[in-house]
Amino acid sequence: MHNLRAIYIIWYREVLRFLRNRSRLVGSFGRPILFLFIFGSGLSPAMGGLTQGMAPEGGGIDFVKFIFPGIIGMNVLMGSMMSGISIVWDREFGFLKEILVAPINRTVVALGKTLGGSTTGVIQGLLLLVLAPLIGVSITAEMVVKLVPLLFLISFSITSLGVLIGSRMKSTEGFQVIMQFILMPMIFVSGALFPMRDLPSWMNILVKINPVTYAIDPLRKIIFEAQGLPASVLEMLPQAGLGVTLFGHAVTMGEDIAIIALFGAVMIAVAVWMFNIQD
Amino acid sequence: MAIIEVKNLTRKFGDLTAVDDISFTVEEGEVFGFLGPNGAGKTTTINVLCTLLKPTSGEAWLNGHHAVRDQAKVRRSIGLVFQEPSLDDQLTAEENLNFHAILYDIPASARAKRMEEVLKMVELYDRRKDSIKTFSGGMKRRLEIARGLMHYPRVLFLDEPTLGLDPQTRTLIWEYILELREREGITIFLTTHYMDEAEHADRIAIIDYGKIVALDTPDNLRGLVGGDIITVKTTDDQLAAQEISQRFGFQVNEGENGLHFEVQKGEEFIPRFVEQLPLEIHSISLHRPTLDDVFLKFTGRRIRDEELSAKDQWKARMKRQRRPHP
Repeated sequence: MHNLRAIYIIWYREVLRFLRNRSRLVGSFGRPILFLFIFGSGLSPAMGGLTQGMAPEGGGIDFVKFIFPGIIGMNVLMGSMMSGISIVWDREFGFLKEILVAPINRTVVALGKTLGGSTTGVIQGLLLLVLAPLIGVSITAEMVVKLVPLLFLISFSITSLGVLIGSRMKSTEGFQVIMQFILMPMIFVSGALFPMRDLPSWMNILVKINPVTYAIDPLRKIIFEAQGLPASVLEMLPQAGLGVTLFGHAVTMGEDIAIIALFGAVMIAVAVWMFNIQD
Repeated sequence: MAIIEVKNLTRKFGDLTAVDDISFTVEEGEVFGFLGPNGAGKTTTINVLCTLLKPTSGEAWLNGHHAVRDQAKVRRSIGLVFQEPSLDDQLTAEENLNFHAILYDIPASARAKRMEEVLKMVELYDRRKDSIKTFSGGMKRRLEIARGLMHYPRVLFLDEPTLGLDPQTRTLIWEYILELREREGITIFLTTHYMDEAEHADRIAIIDYGKIVALDTPDNLRGLVGGDIITVKTTDDQLAAQEISQRFGFQVNEGENGLHFEVQKGEEFIPRFVEQLPLEIHSISLHRPTLDDVFLKFTGRRIRDEELSAKDQWKARMKRQRRPHP
């Protein structure tokens, strides 16, 4: 019981800090708007209709709609990574010591932190749904219900990765490096921002071994399914590069979730282990 | 059994031996001070005692629990106020304490009462709903002391409790600490490099380069240095110097402020001296040996407050006042 309460209070602190911090809230909203409207609208004409010839005129998926799930994913990933490595901030500002000398084990600390980050990650993902009507994406109750646990799973995995990195980092100076050289490349080679069609083979390999690919894919499936497209179109999406294929097999939602869950399980296990190593 | 028992404790960081084979015991209810310059190994010792660091060799027991084998029990027995600030400044005072209360498994029924109790003790009860951001350095320190006491620890560790604080605030913090000893009878283990603060301790261990060079009460330590130092100025210092060495048999040194000589029980000697010296005295003063003189005797160097360079002081102050991170 003590452990559960301790996890709860660490989780609560994370959520409270997130909600109190306006700049983080605004930031988690500003970046995606920039990507969606500037990047998305700018590239849309060049990309043309991504489902041309598959869907009736005007009912298909254009580039802005295509990157919308990708941008939700990106936002969740960046927010989660920040939450995870915020452990370094706690260390730098001394609060981590208060937690580390408390009579609780470090697994509890890592779990509380990760669950807190996952919760704020879900919030940062769901917030973006308010932009959906502006780009003609319809929202259904079923879609939201399916999104919440999926976003939580994705966020949990990446927050764990953040905690893992943060547990060994001594200063906040490495933050930018982590963001630029780990997270951004993972997002770029995940199919979040461009269709996975006719890619150079080296990139194709990177995309397929990148766990983030399998996080973006189910988001896209859930959101596209809610757009009232005919089943025949949905089936053809992987062929058009709007879904992931592995050795010619279109990856199913269940497989996506299994892969991301496996990745998350490994990450949290390593994070807890790293965190338990004492000097 | 002693509340803290340390046997042959050594802690190395690579080639550096931060704590070098130290042994000591602290009795229940004692105020025990670690005095030494920066980098002497004070914080490392605390970190080992509070289970944040594992010793390289040697053993330590707190409240009868082994610092490596019984970490959880040790942690429940101690309260800590770190050298560096350790509050979450995005939370309120109450939220910080509540966080602590849950981590230390204080039952829900007792939380509110204890929070009120410790907040009133450090006179921050009226500010309980305020964000830490609005607190001054001294208020933060007081809140940290309150937090360290919330779970009724047997030992309270204070690592440089007044570092980076202005003199008035330092005095105030000390009032709380001494009141605490009076009221709660709690054992206090503190580190400092301020001489005047070390004077408050019942016993002091002087530590240098990871070794304890002396351990006793402040009075006994000062006694090791020799007598009191008397400085005197007269109408004719040369004649006075002769008189003093012939009549009283003391070795006299001439200094900028007059003549110096060392005397046992100087306060009893002065009246006799004034009466017997056949010269008019302009001024006379008595200087008791300080802990700094003790440190000098054992290490050949002085710890002065300036040892913490202006830059370090500034850094410590900035750290206390820094804005919260996003």
